[in-house]
Amino acid sequence: MSDHSHAHSGGSHGTLGSLMIGFAMAAILTILPFGLVMGEVDLPRNLAIGLIMGMGAVQIIVHLVYFLHVGKSSEQGWTLVATIFSVIILVIVLAGSLWVMHNMNENMMPMPDMEQMMNLQSQQG
Amino acid sequence: MSAADAHHAHHESPTNIGFWIYLMSDCIIFGALFATYAVLGGSFAGGPGPKDLFEPGFIAVETALLLFSSITFGMAMLAADKQKLDATTGWLIVSGLLGAGFIGMEVYEFAHLIHIGAGPDRSAFLSAFFALVGTHGLHVTGGLIWLVTLILQLRLHGLNGANMRRLGTLSMFWHFLDLIWIGVFSFVYLVRLI
Repeated sequence: MSDHSHAHSGGSHGTLGSLMIGFAMAAILTILPFGLVMGEVDLPRNLAIGLIMGMGAVQIIVHLVYFLHVGKSSEQGWTLVATIFSVIILVIVLAGSLWVMHNMNENMMPMPDMEQMMNLQSQQG
Repeated sequence: MSAADAHHAHHESPTNIGFWIYLMSDCIIFGALFATYAVLGGSFAGGPGPKDLFEPGFIAVETALLLFSSITFGMAMLAADKQKLDATTGWLIVSGLLGAGFIGMEVYEFAHLIHIGAGPDRSAFLSAFFALVGTHGLHVTGGLIWLVTLILQLRLHGLNGANMRRLGTLSMFWHFLDLIWIGVFSFVYLVRLI
């Protein structure tokens, strides 16, 4: 209940401490992936991609918790429910698009003669 | 307990949760644009690719501007909670200037790309890139207009209940745009430069 009364009077905008903790974590999670690319660190390609995406995902959670104050206590948990729902939709949209479009590319009719045909046309033209 | 809850529900404005639902629907729009970029990001049509066009140092500065403006907006909210009007507007002006710097850099980047012939009409990759990053930029521009309006409202009417509510929603909007930018700099720029 103390959480609620705080949210009530203060508008749940956190404290200076939580803002600075969030800032420090966000800064580290920003500097590391940029360092990875700009320093041309020698890592396997897939590992580097995984690290950048992973740190991005963690930083998104840091922003949600420390800057946007999404949690069980804010708005009786409804912001958390709405967030989880949209994350599910996002996963379906992203994974579904990639899957379907990859499948379509794989099953496209092969068109090996396209380039030749275009070359012929340009020669005739 | 139920009496306390009823009391709570009676006083709390529904604006915050409603605005959060809007932000989540906006999130789905960005999700669709990210999916478009994920699908079309490799279709260069013989044109320039990410390594020819993206400069990590430039994007790092943009990212820093947006992250710092998020922090200064947090400072403005803390000052508003303590009913300090001058400190609140001061921090808001700093946030606005950092946001304007970000938009300035993005407009420069877009103008440069179009100038060298890498505009949205060049390839599917660039169409998807301009649609996603441009939509984010338009959101930030809208946030800046809202910010200037709110600073004027604050100077006219002070930190009253209505202005606190507006400040709270703009704070959510501003932090949300920084959150989307995390996806942009990771997925649109950095991953493609590996």
